[in-house]
Formats: sequence, C-alpha cells, structure tokens
Amino acid sequence: MPDPDIRAHRLGKAEIEDNFADLHPPLSRSEALIEADRCYFCFDAPCTTACPTGIDIPSFIQKIRSDNVRGSAKTILSENIMGGMCARVCPTEVLCEEACVRNTHEDKPVEIGLLQRFATDPILEDGVHLFERAEASGKRVAVVGGGPAGLSCAHRLAMLGHEVKVFNRDPRPGGLNEYGIAAYKAVDNFAQREVDWILSIGGVEVEDGVSLGGDFSLSALRDAYDAVFLGIGLTLVNDLNIDNEDLPGVENATDYIAELRQAEDKSTLPVGRNVVVIGGGMTAIDIAVQSKRLGAERVDLVYRRGPDDMSASEFEQHLAQVSGVSVHHWLHPKALLGDDHVTSIEFDKNGQSITMEADVVFKAIGQRLADQQLASELQGIDVEYGKIVVNDSQATTLPGVWAGGDCVAGGEDLTVSAVQHGKVAAHAIDRYLGGDNG
Amino acid sequence: MADLTSEFLGIPSPNPFWLASAPPTDKAYNVNRAFEAGWGGFVWKTLGEAGPPIVNVSGPRYSAIHSNDRRVIGFNNIELITDRPLETNLEEIRQVKRDWPDRALVASVMLPMNEKAWADHVPMIEDTGADALELNFGCPHGMSERGMGAAVGQVPEYIQMATEWCKKAASVPVIVKLTPNVATVVPPAKAAKDGGADAVSLINTVNSIMRVNYDTLTMYPTTDGMGTHGGYCGEAVKPIALNMVAEIARTADTRDLPISGIGGISDWRDAVDFLALGASNVQVCTAAMVYGFKIIDDLTDGLSTFLDDKGMTSVSELVGKAVPSVTDWQYLNLNYVEKAVIDQDLCIECGRCHIVCEDTSHQAITNMVDGERHFEVIDDECVGCNLCACVCPVDSCITMKQVPNELAPGNWTEHPNNPVRKTK
Repeated sequence: MPDPDIRAHRLGKAEIEDNFADLHPPLSRSEALIEADRCYFCFDAPCTTACPTGIDIPSFIQKIRSDNVRGSAKTILSENIMGGMCARVCPTEVLCEEACVRNTHEDKPVEIGLLQRFATDPILEDGVHLFERAEASGKRVAVVGGGPAGLSCAHRLAMLGHEVKVFNRDPRPGGLNEYGIAAYKAVDNFAQREVDWILSIGGVEVEDGVSLGGDFSLSALRDAYDAVFLGIGLTLVNDLNIDNEDLPGVENATDYIAELRQAEDKSTLPVGRNVVVIGGGMTAIDIAVQSKRLGAERVDLVYRRGPDDMSASEFEQHLAQVSGVSVHHWLHPKALLGDDHVTSIEFDKNGQSITMEADVVFKAIGQRLADQQLASELQGIDVEYGKIVVNDSQATTLPGVWAGGDCVAGGEDLTVSAVQHGKVAAHAIDRYLGGDNG
Repeated sequence: MADLTSEFLGIPSPNPFWLASAPPTDKAYNVNRAFEAGWGGFVWKTLGEAGPPIVNVSGPRYSAIHSNDRRVIGFNNIELITDRPLETNLEEIRQVKRDWPDRALVASVMLPMNEKAWADHVPMIEDTGADALELNFGCPHGMSERGMGAAVGQVPEYIQMATEWCKKAASVPVIVKLTPNVATVVPPAKAAKDGGADAVSLINTVNSIMRVNYDTLTMYPTTDGMGTHGGYCGEAVKPIALNMVAEIARTADTRDLPISGIGGISDWRDAVDFLALGASNVQVCTAAMVYGFKIIDDLTDGLSTFLDDKGMTSVSELVGKAVPSVTDWQYLNLNYVEKAVIDQDLCIECGRCHIVCEDTSHQAITNMVDGERHFEVIDDECVGCNLCACVCPVDSCITMKQVPNELAPGNWTEHPNNPVRKTK
C-alpha cells in the first residue's frame, strides 16, 4: 500500500490567490449602466416573483439607470438584508435570471446578480446606514444561530424596535456565509463585513461560541425572552453507510470548506493528490472545485444519479467541468478501501464494479438536523424528515418559537431563502409581541 | 444601382448629402477631408462682416444628452459664426472650389440689417466661385442678441427685407435658412419667397438648455459659473424639422420653394424621411460631429439600396412622395377603425403593454387569462391608440390591424358632433 499523498503547498501562494480571486468580478459603472438599460421594467415582473425574498428587481435596476445607486441598494436591502451576499452566491440562473423575459427574446437574461452587487457594494464599502430602528418596544427576542436566517431575523426585529440577543455556535457570526460558501464567491472578507454592517443597526447583541443543548437550553430561553427564533442550520453530515467510513482520509466536505474559509494562507492547507467527492449538490461542487484550485492533481466528483437530478445548478456543474473536475454520474459508492488510511473507493455501475484511487474522499451527500442531544432540546417541536416543521409565518408547533433557514422543512437550502425565513419570522414575532409595524 | 446624383437649384453634386454650415465646415482642412470621404456638398460655416473676427468662449461650446451607453441623442452648441478672418475664409473657399469642381460649395452668410452691408459683402463672397449663398437667419444664440441670426428669422418682414438686399447684390442662387424657433414656419418661408429666395433650408437649431449640474445646481454647462441657452440639434429634433419641411411642402403659398432638409439626419432612413416629405436634398451636421465624416458611406449606400428596392432610379423620384399623405387633423377619416393585435408567438410576456394601457390609457389589455400570465387585447376597449405597440420591446409583436366596417369615410368637418360642420 502506498502512503497517502496529502500535502500542503501543491501550488505557490500567488497561484492559489489567483485561483481564489472573485469568481464574477464586479461590473464597472459603465457596464452597470449599459446592463441596467437592458431591463424592460416588466409589469408584475417574473424576476421578482422568482426571488425568494421578493426584491422589486425592476425598481432597483431603474434606480441604477437613473444614477440613484443608494436608493437602488435600499430597494434591495429592505427585502433582503443580505442582498450583497446573495448577489454573489444566489443561483440566479435558476431564480431571477431564469425568469427574465430577455431569455425569451434573445436567450440572454439581464445580469441581475451583478447589478445587485453593483448597487449594494458601495453601501458596505462606505458604511452607509439605510435603516433606522422603530421606537423601543421593551420586548426581548432570543435568536439561536448566527447564520443568514438568524441575522436576517435579528436585523428585522431590531428595526421593529425589539432587543435581540443572538446565540451563535461558531467563533464568528455569519453561519454558512462565513464557513460554507466557496471562497472565490465571497472574497475580501465580505461575509464578516456584511455581518458588521447588518449589526451596525444596533439593538443586537451576539454571543459567539455557545450552542443549544450544550451551553443553554430552549426552555431557559423561552422563560427569559419574549420570543425565540431558531436558525440552527443542519449540523450533521449524512453518512454513506458503507464499509470503512471511519477510515482516516474520509472527511466531511463541510468541515474542510470551513477550514479553507478560515485559513489565513490557503497554500498551507493539506491537499490530496487524488480527491474523490461524493455528492451532487452545491457543497459537492464547492469542495471539488476548491480542491482542484488548491492543487489536487485529480478530482473526481461522483454522483449516484444523472445530471438533471443534481441539486447543483447547471452553472455550478459547468463550473466544475471547466475547473478540471471529472464529473461521473450513475455510480453508487460500495466500499471504502485501505488499511490505516483510505486508498481507494469502489463504486457500482449497473452491476459493474469501478474503483478510483483516492488520497482523500469527501462526503457531500447532504446534512441533517440534530443529534440526540439537540433532539431532546427540540421536544414539542414537530420534526419531519429531519427538519423542523413550520407554518407560513415560520412558526413551529411550539408556542413562542419560530424557525427558519436550512433547519426547516420545505426550504431550498439557499442563503436567500434563509434570509426570507428570518424576515417573515421577525414580522410574525412582531405581531405576536403586539407590534403594529408588521 | 439608383443614381444618387443630385441637382439643387441647378448646382450638381454626386449625392444629395451636404454638410451643413456648422463647426465641421469651418476651413479647407475639414472640407477636403469631407470631400475625400465622399460628401456631395459643403455649406461653409457662416461668414460675417469683414473686420475684427468673432470671439468665441474658451469653455464648453457643446453638450449632449446621452443614452446610458453614451449614445448621443441630442446635442447643443453655443458656438458663434466663423471666428476666422473673412479674407482667410474667402481665400480657402476659392481654392476648394477649384480643387473640387464636381462638389457643391455654398457659402453661409450672416450680415447686419442694413443694405450696405449686403451690397459690400455679397460680391466679395460670390467672387470665390461659391455655387450659392445660404442666409443664416437661424442661429438662436449669441448672434441673435446682436440683431442677426434668429432675430431676423423670427420676423418675416426682416427675412424678406434682407433677402431682397442679398438678391439685389447676388448673381448666384440664394437659399434662406429658417429657424424653428417660431410658432409656425410658413410665414417665414413665404417671406423668403417674397424676398426672392431661390430656396429655403431648415431647420436651424432649437433654443435649449440641456440640464443642470447636480453638484453645483447651476445650469449645465457653464463658462466660469454662468451659462446661456444654446441651439439644440441631433436626432431628437428630427420630428420637429420634418413637420416644418412638410408644412412648407404642402402649403399652396410655399410648395414651389425647393427645400434643403436639415435636422437630426443620422442614417439613410432619416434622409428618406426628409426627401419623401418634400426636401430635394439634405444637410447633415451632428451625426458627423458625433462619428466623423465616414458616416457618408452608410448614408449614400443605404439610400441607394433603398431606391433600388423601391424600383426608383433617381433621388428625384422620391422627393415629395409622402407629401400628399400629410393633412390637417380635421380631414382624418373618423370612420376608419384599427385595433391592436398581439402576436402571441412573439410575445415575451414583459407586460409593458398591459401596464401602460391599464395605467394611462384604455384598460384594453389583459394581464391574466385563466389564472395564467397572458397579455391580449380586449377588442371592445381598444381604441387603436398605438401606445402598446410603441412601448413593446419586441419588433412587430404588436401591430395595428384594420377592423373593416360598413361606414363610408367621414371626417370632422362633417361630423354631427361638430357645431360648425359643413352641411352637404
């Protein structure tokens, strides 16, 4: 058995920095004005309908066109406080841009995502305050989770005049924006800058490094606060349920992505020579492409079904291909092989066995809600298929508790959906607390 | 290939496109480049009195209205007539006419309102060999404050008087260039004719202020903090010019005056507009100032191709073709009915037709049919106003179709609702 070939510095620091530069460079002012001119200002615009947060897209583009960029940003951010991050990470090709009527006209939608970034970037860069807090309500709300859902909820609650405390599991707030998004989609520490800007509204206290079930209980929160919002994400990675899954070298994609996002110098990260990724979603694409960009010689992305079944969008699949990732379909993982470290993985393809050499195998076949400890915390809250059940107002089955983001059933596991959940929940909580701003 | 050669007042040129008297026509250097590029004629930038030359501002003389991709839609200038000595201009005109005998070379002239000035200058200018004189009664800025340009062109009696003085001294044809800054253009044109003008050219520029400066809240542009109105031109003014050309071409008093059409001609289709509405040739300025002289290629090639497609062999066959279709509102057939039709195969479902009809017109276009996004015309409500077709971003998606009826043609002059109707 050869030793696993896993080492840092496969590429020079400069080359890696280049590989992790902005995936979609921002539009210049001229580019933005010309692109904005392409918007038809549709009636009851299909792009707005397609946006999970319901941003009035024709209006924000019209404001770019008329050189009212701050007004444009306010139109975006009043519906989606993470409009800056969503401009970078939204799969626009299956949301707003897929709905754009220009597709019918000329097969080329308006670049809504890039225009949204053009409008929102200056707000963060200049630290402009766009929103004010309503008169203090005297009510206190606990938000569990410092990701997109929690921060969206916290910001809107603060706007509506409530005091908010965010209990955040990670060392820093931001959730998957900070620990999960592929690095080339949110360069220059954008996630933290956005969080800082969101929190600058005031009225939101964040405590980092504390987790539900470990450091505090839901029942204590319900006693101490007037309402609770759960935006706890999905913390456990699904298993392949095949032999030797605990072999060293078999890793969770999400753990490595988090490490990558926090690395000061990406060239110091250990990278396998042959990397195999199991999965068909965004996380699978992200780990595959990033492994390649860190210098892995061969990256195989293996999915058990066909291209149309992949939850990664067509753009993401294309990104993997042009980044040098070999994508395989219709392969079922059968066994992980190796003695004291993984060396290969065996797949089944229509009864035929295929083996791929692997120094590292990443699991990216989805996440689930809770271990037993967390599950006991959620007693009284209906959970279905490993996700929290909520109604249209994001209320759980437990009175006084709302939830949103990846942890709830029926979500799309997108930042933009999480932001919408947080916003909807905040207004529902406000009504529950007797507010009239909702 | 259709023949583009043109004859205006007996002056031949290889095509009907002249460069209008304006900044691009200020000196031999420009005219040589223009003729090399293929322009048919050249109206030399307006000459003034002999003596100390005109002084221009050394700040912005031009400003523009842009589309978002910086296409120039409208253009404005505050430049005065030529600021070079008269002798220099005359010398160059003489040389250019010698070098380019097949091209039209016209001298634009602006002189004070006294007969002596005309008697003194006209023979001097004619002596260069220029094919004709064009009297600048149109400049709306600067010179008008000194009693010339538009200050003359806005008073028909002055037009007639100055034209008479010029004609008395001139042996070459005289063209009177008209200002659009009047309530109606027919009286000035009639005055030119009565003064003996051989032709009119129009339009000169339109009084205009382009915008304010959003930082300083002063008008824009300014010279040392102060600005003044300028003359507006470019494609934005074409419809104003076309109306004035058509008015002269269809009015009995003026219809026999040859017209040189000016105002926002940017491509060959604009030239077709002017020619069909009664101009015998056209003059261009702004488009050349925006793109350079090379645009003459599209102008001539486009016009030639168009004439071929129409089975016409010369420009003169096109001249005036559309004039009979221009009339007064009162003569429009009120019994003729058209309604909009949306081609569902071309519709991209932007909904613009619906919202403009709903908000601002006749509530005659659906947005939802059987719970589906769908835009179609409600015939009972549609008055055929054409707004939906105007705003539709897809070419030919919305068209107007006649709805035949049994009614005989009938117009306002005989309509029962007209209290002063004609009775048969």
